[in-house]
Amino acid sequence: MPAGIVSYGVYIPKYRIRAEEIARVWGESEDIAQKLNVFEKSVPDTDEDAVTIAVEAARNAVKRGFVDPARIDAIYAGSESHPYAVKPTGTIVGEAIGANHEFTTADLEFACKAGTAAVQACLGLVTANLIDLGLAIGTDTSQGAPGDALEYTAAAGAAAYLIGRENLAAEIEEFYSFTTDTPDFWRREGMPYPEHGGRFTGEPGYFKHVTSAAQGLMKKMGTKPEDYDYAVFHQPNGKFPVRVAGQLGFSKDQIEPGLVVPWIGNTYSGSSLIGLAATLDVARPGERIFLVSFGSGAGSDAFSIRVEEGIEEIRDRAPRVRDYVENVQYLDYAVYAKHKGKLRL
Amino acid sequence: MRSVSIIGAGCTRFGERWEDSLRDLVVETGIMALEDSNVSGEEIDGLYVGNMSGGRFVEQEHIGALISDCAGLSRLHVPSTRVEAACASGGLALRQAVLAVASGYSDVVIAAGVEKMTDVTGGVAADALAAAADREWECFFGATFPALYAMIARLHMHRYGTTREELAQVAVKNHHNGSMNPISQYQMEITVEKVLRSPLVADPLRVLDCSPITDGAAAVVLVPTKIAHKYSDAPIKILATAQASDTLALHDRRNITTLDATVHAAKKAFGQAGLERKDIDLAEVHDAFTIGEIAAIEDLGFVEKGEGGKAAEEGLTWIGGKLPINTSGGLKACGHPVGATGIKQAYEMVLQLRGEAGKRQVEGAKVGLTHNVGGCGGTALVHILSR
Amino acid sequence: MSTVPRFWRHISQRYNLVGTHCSKCDEYYYPPRTICPNCRRTAQMEDHKFKGKGTVITYTTIYNATDDFKRQTPYNLAIIELDEGPRLTGQVICSPNEIEIGMKVKPVFRILGKEGDRGIIYYGTKFVPVEGSVQPITL
Repeated sequence: MPAGIVSYGVYIPKYRIRAEEIARVWGESEDIAQKLNVFEKSVPDTDEDAVTIAVEAARNAVKRGFVDPARIDAIYAGSESHPYAVKPTGTIVGEAIGANHEFTTADLEFACKAGTAAVQACLGLVTANLIDLGLAIGTDTSQGAPGDALEYTAAAGAAAYLIGRENLAAEIEEFYSFTTDTPDFWRREGMPYPEHGGRFTGEPGYFKHVTSAAQGLMKKMGTKPEDYDYAVFHQPNGKFPVRVAGQLGFSKDQIEPGLVVPWIGNTYSGSSLIGLAATLDVARPGERIFLVSFGSGAGSDAFSIRVEEGIEEIRDRAPRVRDYVENVQYLDYAVYAKHKGKLRL
Repeated sequence: MRSVSIIGAGCTRFGERWEDSLRDLVVETGIMALEDSNVSGEEIDGLYVGNMSGGRFVEQEHIGALISDCAGLSRLHVPSTRVEAACASGGLALRQAVLAVASGYSDVVIAAGVEKMTDVTGGVAADALAAAADREWECFFGATFPALYAMIARLHMHRYGTTREELAQVAVKNHHNGSMNPISQYQMEITVEKVLRSPLVADPLRVLDCSPITDGAAAVVLVPTKIAHKYSDAPIKILATAQASDTLALHDRRNITTLDATVHAAKKAFGQAGLERKDIDLAEVHDAFTIGEIAAIEDLGFVEKGEGGKAAEEGLTWIGGKLPINTSGGLKACGHPVGATGIKQAYEMVLQLRGEAGKRQVEGAKVGLTHNVGGCGGTALVHILSR
Repeated sequence: MSTVPRFWRHISQRYNLVGTHCSKCDEYYYPPRTICPNCRRTAQMEDHKFKGKGTVITYTTIYNATDDFKRQTPYNLAIIELDEGPRLTGQVICSPNEIEIGMKVKPVFRILGKEGDRGIIYYGTKFVPVEGSVQPITL
């Protein structure tokens, strides 16, 4: 029996800081936005964290799907910025969306790909008939050290997917994962900001894993880039997904609807899943979407997704990605620093 | 019930009393009150002390025993009771003392109030005061005391057209009165412009709309009226003592701009005293915030609802006006050591009714009213006194 | 400053605006009440989950907060009348220039406070304006 996406929801905080404003503070050249293809990034409010934005995204998914939250049997929340090191995000989300207490949950972490790992976990339980409905979340209020290259992209956003077998908005036809031990980016326990390998994060990190997972999936399924109407690749900046798409033989038109990073930044665990949501916002039944996440450390999950009839009915019941991308309020660096807790009181 | 009179009163200087502890303040005021009343320690058969939060301000509970001990009364084993109704703790102590004498259980009873607030930082003090509001359903969301009164003010302005300047006039008047009161925390006069330029605390209320953090204590001595002349040439009779309660949280009120507890306590008090509003020569009302005085004179029935804003501006409530309000300087200028405030109001009334209020004396004052509020109206006490 | 059990006890009320309803007199309560003030001992109380839409009755912007909230200043606090009737106190997230009496608001999930850097995080409900919703109201 096919399984897949019953509903989806996203949340992106309304605050933005422009890359040029960050560049101004650190004396960086103003064309850094063009170099990264990231013009602005989302910033959480002072009272938002990976839990609150996960709840907003999950509530949107429940609302869009007209789903009784009591039916949810599993919640997996992937993030690299869980507010608690010990104490699950999933329990708070479960309570806040009104799930009854009969569900299993655990938090996941795999840099930027814990969200797609959560989708896989739910899909496994659903296809094994162990549960009816699972909630997979990718959520992050990511941190970049002041002045670090990451500061231009480290953003906040969440995506939530209800995974089940009935009333599908999109079927997940197949997935394929590729994982190695590659220390391209990390954050040690108790440290406030992640460290990274600079240009090492590129070829041995992002490109190797995204490419291997993408090719692996297409080989497994016998598909080609032309078989897909859309493609979404993890978006750590605006350059990498465009370049990897070209390398793999996907066109700019295929990735355009899902390429949101220039306007919201890298939402980490939310990134590829928000890109997928933006694509589902416009896709028509019968169309196919190719999705590849990437998490430093490192690994990629590739998915082949077919949009179902159900999408038309549910699409307008919750805010689309574009609604969040367009509703913005800009901050200067000082207020941004307050929002991000970079000011010590 | 027996008629009860005040035969003596004392009050410390209000302010930031850095060198004095809660105990020092209690002793200072106790001696003043006893000397004023010609009562000896052996005669005292009851003590009531109003104290809002010894626990938060000086980490001391069991204030009843403490003050009896500090006052040197421990060997006499005088019953000593601490009462608490937030900022109305003092008024409540007065009422409990009146009831004790009126009932015939006690003959010579001291009603005192004390708060030592400056041993903690401003943030801790603000949080301790916020405990008078609903901790779970107001403070938990960031409510502060000024914020709750600011919401009353905002709606009062919206409904009745009360202006920002009218609020400021209350502070200007009370600072003027305070400048003539030697115990007052603030001795300086202010202007409307100064109020309007002071920093915002909780919009629309600014720093100069708010009563300060104050150390202080006050005490009065009560006996049955029929033996009062034994102690005093000018005993002050308590014509009424009334208390009423209301919802703890402001949001649950029938009407956010009316303190129903005040309305009900006033109605009972005027009934007990057999007096009408026009019989009152002056009043001390609970102006923890400028809007508090405006709401108070409306809810006590001195002016129509919605007309309170004009009172100070038009001169009605100034000394020399038809109904002088807060001749002591009020909580605003004289200071607001929360547990002591209700007793200080009685102390001011004793001075006024005896004709001992100096430059701020209300000529011919015969009957006065005191009005003490706990929280933003969860408790209200009204007393009517006469010479 | 709250404590773990005090926060935990009210999680459903704070996360999801669960209050009470007296089925005898049909009055709704939020914050929840155990006793209906109309019916007292004859009350028939049941839990009720409020939708969370409401109207600003009055408000303030706080510039001087207690230690637990000083990082958040300035912030708006309002008394909000829920569409079902009861009134509550809560924060409204918007610019101080934006909030008005009569503004319609809807709930959002936010951090209400934290027990310092080591303690638990208090999550719960705040409100945001429903865009373009200010209407004159009779109070």
